[in-house]
Amino acid sequence: MPSKDVAIIGVGQSSFVRGYEGSIKELAFEAFREAMQDAKITQKDVDASIFCSAPEYDKQRSPAGVMAEYLGLIPQPTFYLENVCSSSSQGVKVAYSMIKAGLHDLVVVCGFQKMSEISSAESQERMGRGADIQWESPFGTMMPGYYALYAQAYMAANGLTLDDLMSVRIKSGTYGQINERAVYRKGVSAADFDPTNEKARMWGPVASPLRVGDCCANADGSSCIILASADRAKALCEKPIWIMGLGAASAAVNMPGRPDFTKGLQGPHLASAEAYKMAGITAADVDVAEVHDCFTIAEIMAYEGLGFAPVGDGKQLIRDKETYKEGRIPVNVDGGLLSKGHPVGATGGSQMRTIVLQLRGEAGPMQVKDPEIGLVHNVGGVGLYSNVTILGR
Amino acid sequence: MGFEKFGRRSFMAATKVAPLVDFLAEGKIMGSVCRDCGAKAFPPRSDCVACLSPNVDWFEMPNKGTLATFSTLQYAPVGFEADAPYTLGLVEFPDGLKLFARLAEDTNLDDVKVGMDVTVRTKEYDDGQLSFEIVKA
Repeated sequence: MPSKDVAIIGVGQSSFVRGYEGSIKELAFEAFREAMQDAKITQKDVDASIFCSAPEYDKQRSPAGVMAEYLGLIPQPTFYLENVCSSSSQGVKVAYSMIKAGLHDLVVVCGFQKMSEISSAESQERMGRGADIQWESPFGTMMPGYYALYAQAYMAANGLTLDDLMSVRIKSGTYGQINERAVYRKGVSAADFDPTNEKARMWGPVASPLRVGDCCANADGSSCIILASADRAKALCEKPIWIMGLGAASAAVNMPGRPDFTKGLQGPHLASAEAYKMAGITAADVDVAEVHDCFTIAEIMAYEGLGFAPVGDGKQLIRDKETYKEGRIPVNVDGGLLSKGHPVGATGGSQMRTIVLQLRGEAGPMQVKDPEIGLVHNVGGVGLYSNVTILGR
Repeated sequence: MGFEKFGRRSFMAATKVAPLVDFLAEGKIMGSVCRDCGAKAFPPRSDCVACLSPNVDWFEMPNKGTLATFSTLQYAPVGFEADAPYTLGLVEFPDGLKLFARLAEDTNLDDVKVGMDVTVRTKEYDDGQLSFEIVKA
């Protein structure tokens, strides 16, 4: 059995919105307040804090100290961690390591991102510079274009269709419309992808073969995860959710360094194998999962990278609705990034929060029936950083 | 020439492999090859990742390969807007090396398929920027 050494004792998340009206400090406080009230602790219980974001969106230099002051977490140690879209998952991993090493007993991990201070085009330029600025940004790259490279090759080889990708978006909308923290709260139907429908919002091409509806939206948001040692968790918390497994991997940032594009991202295969081994489980033991669906194709690749489906056959899970709430392996039943929006630094923590609420039985209308083991798949860049975290009751 | 001449728009000037740009001006696309262990790399590198040797030389890349994947971008990041739409692609050569670039502007997109035969060639933009591009074979 995996050891129960470190637990999540509090979770919080702001609403994910377009154009947050406050500062990054105020944005972070929203998630922090909810997590602290959830854990029923005060700042004097906190031994250290980690702040996670992608810094190119912030005017504030070295945000950790500024955040720690505003959240009342000084003079305890604090630092800043960046792993682009997977920053807060990596933050949780580092907090786990610090607690497991005995350095600290209770650590706050706060992810935040206010993407709306810059224009969408500027934001895309910054995202493009998430590529290698020497060899790829000079061609005018963007995130949708990169995931589209995977989609194009994968679809040609594996019989995945545009309708399958649309089905992923429709599933997302099913849950996004009941997630009050999501930025996009409308249901999605096939009519939204119909080019002959004047009111259709999702068919427009972005980066072939991906359409508007295949892409998640930028958003402003924050998340907060509070971790504690076993002794502190048992003393403070009625329903600690244990970190059972952690896995991570990196990949070549340059596309020429990537293996076969028809097989999808490789990092999640490595990260999930490591996490399953540490947790002493297999993919079949996972009851509910959050995967990094920054694009519809990313969810299909995640099914395979996590072992929920054989490589090349992820389409069958969505065709059979096995990743719906009532299916064999419910995935992104909070709407995922496609509906929630993707405030880069906050996303991993938001995924963790969803799984913690699921395992506690507190997920409201999104609740899966009695899950015992949950999984978070959080990817930075185009599979540049892959993180898999397994949580259990 | 400095590396600020590379690509549609360069984000850096200083790199030990800046002579790539001079080769592009001569119509050659060059990769790097380790003098000690023979490992080849593209994009070129000034240090061998296989044996850590600093003794790296240039070699001329093959120009015939297959299109591993591609995507046409309808929207462009800041600084590239005037070019949109344009198509990015990845070429795989028989020796396993790969090259990332745009497809030539006059490519008929209806004809572009994953796995098709392509060639690569150097490209000089009107403003003097030097690059390489992918052409349907």
